[in-house]
Amino acid sequence: MKIMASAREVFGNVLMELGRKDHSIVALNADLSSSTKTSIFAKEFPERFFNMGIAEQNMMAAAAGLATTGKKVFASTFAVFATGRVYDQIRQSIAYPRLNVKIVATHGGITVGGDGASHQMLEDIALMRVLPNMTIIIPADAVETDRVIRYIVEHEGPSYIRLPRTKSPVLFSDDYTFEPGKGHVISEGDDVTIMAIGLLVDRAIDAAKLLKNKGISAGVVNMSCVKPIDRELIIECAGKTGAIVTAEEHSIIGGLGEAVASVLVQNAPCIQEMVAIPDVFGESGESEELMTKYGLTVEDIARKAERALERKAVMC
Amino acid sequence: MSDIQKTYNEELNQTIKDLEEKARIIRQHVIEMIHEAGSGHPGGSLSAADILTALYFYIMRHDPKNLNWPERDRLVLSKGHAAPALYAALAESGYFPVEELITLRKLGSRLQGHPSMRHLPGIDMSTGSLGQGFSAAIGIALGGKLDRKDYYVYAILGDGEIEEGSIWEAAMSASHYNLDHLIAFLDRNRLQIDGRTEQVMSIAPVKEKWEAFGWNVIEINGHSIHEIIRAVDRAKTSEGRPNIIIAHTVKGKGVSFMEGSVHFHGKAPNDEQYQIAMRELRGKGVRP
Ligand SMILES: Cc1ncc(C[n+]2csc(CCOP(=O)(O)OP(=O)(O)O)c2C)c(N)n1
Ligand SMILES: [Mg+2]
Repeated sequence: MKIMASAREVFGNVLMELGRKDHSIVALNADLSSSTKTSIFAKEFPERFFNMGIAEQNMMAAAAGLATTGKKVFASTFAVFATGRVYDQIRQSIAYPRLNVKIVATHGGITVGGDGASHQMLEDIALMRVLPNMTIIIPADAVETDRVIRYIVEHEGPSYIRLPRTKSPVLFSDDYTFEPGKGHVISEGDDVTIMAIGLLVDRAIDAAKLLKNKGISAGVVNMSCVKPIDRELIIECAGKTGAIVTAEEHSIIGGLGEAVASVLVQNAPCIQEMVAIPDVFGESGESEELMTKYGLTVEDIARKAERALERKAVMC
Repeated sequence: MSDIQKTYNEELNQTIKDLEEKARIIRQHVIEMIHEAGSGHPGGSLSAADILTALYFYIMRHDPKNLNWPERDRLVLSKGHAAPALYAALAESGYFPVEELITLRKLGSRLQGHPSMRHLPGIDMSTGSLGQGFSAAIGIALGGKLDRKDYYVYAILGDGEIEEGSIWEAAMSASHYNLDHLIAFLDRNRLQIDGRTEQVMSIAPVKEKWEAFGWNVIEINGHSIHEIIRAVDRAKTSEGRPNIIIAHTVKGKGVSFMEGSVHFHGKAPNDEQYQIAMRELRGKGVRP
């Protein structure tokens, strides 16, 4: 049995805890403080919490302004409104002036479920990746979320953190440390490397077990820091296994898959397969049903790994 | 009172009674659908139920058998999370089978969590991201003017929704282009997700804001079918100005424990709550 925990909950609690020590931390929200769990911070520090109402564009540009006064600004809402709705505010007022705004978005990806396509953000990583100065981190579980929030509070500059709506399996133990800009090797493998983010890390670990039963040695890397991405590690894995599978709860366009592909093609061309959502909008349904329909299961990852190996065999 | 006047009043009274019954059925559908789905937004669906009923079953010129009728009136549910109430009105109007309502939010359903015009007949605009449907309604009204059609465009806005800046960009453009065939309803239930509107982000004075943006403003009780009908009649006489009907409503209207409750903005009733809600809504036992 896997122990499940809510990354959102962890975010809210850690933010509140950090707020006790660091009075420069402020939090902004757009009428979703209970869903994003910034309500926990709001309750403790009402004077440092600003609910901007249902007005995300104003929230983001105001976050930028607050940052110029030396505040460590956390701006939160659902991922779809935290990136797409406010792209230009982020571009012009946060990324370009390189301001200290930490965008912590919840409800990223297809696991949003019943709300449907309008609320399922599948292209946030793509939007944030193209912005210079932006740091992007997609934690894999509640423990990593804790470490990432602690790191990002001290990080100076624009950042984007994406958390899921659903609870997710706890993967890491208490001694886990997050290293910015570094991929985290969970297990080594000789035949193929699976690089995953967010909810797909747990599935990648299970896929590696599945593959092991078939006599395939698959390594698993948690690529939570999507930008800046760990180029050395990608190149190293390409050299070692010559076959890489990327896995993400994001559009196949512009996400982790293409970030890895870009490093590979420019440095160490190698076979790559992508587990990601095809170029379509999502739809209503239960989270797990959607993960299955859009090809994000353990079996999907294993199948892509086998395909990568077949292609590698043909190449050699 | 003349005989003609008397007959007219009697007929109107009967119509209003029928519409009130229809609204009760719409509300039952809403609760059934959301309970069955296990998620969704009952509060804002119930507060807009009377407005949608009056529109679809009395005011609007539309024909479920003729989806692309160019002269038809349009409706944009800008507060798209109230989709269950819209779906119930569409099904009861004959756009699709009533039995389909309980597929709400399920995989493969045409009834998406938020209205999608590419999934379901009768939806004039896909919505869900607050603030945008209203601008789309402006566009539909501009198109109608350009084509010299005299259809009306109705838009339903949430009072939290009007905190979006784009609402005011839209408001400005509607009066700039004299869109008098645009009739917006503001579902003034005084609640959003994080609490009361005036506590989260004060939007008052609402009436004066719209007036300042050049709109014809009418204030009514949004649960009075009669007042809704009269307000639209009045709006249709306005020349050169867009209209907004500020409908004072109660979030969760019709279900005692949902009324005025922020808790039921986006939460499905559990089994027990479902039973109580249906009992209250069935009242005299309209529907078996
Ligand atoms: C742009 C955008 N931001 C946030 C949300 C999330 N959201 C859904 S409903 C809602 C509150 C809406 O309040 P109101 O407009 O008053 O609607 P009602 O009370 O009628 O349900 C919010 C913030 C959204 N759908 N779209
Ligand atoms: Mg409201």
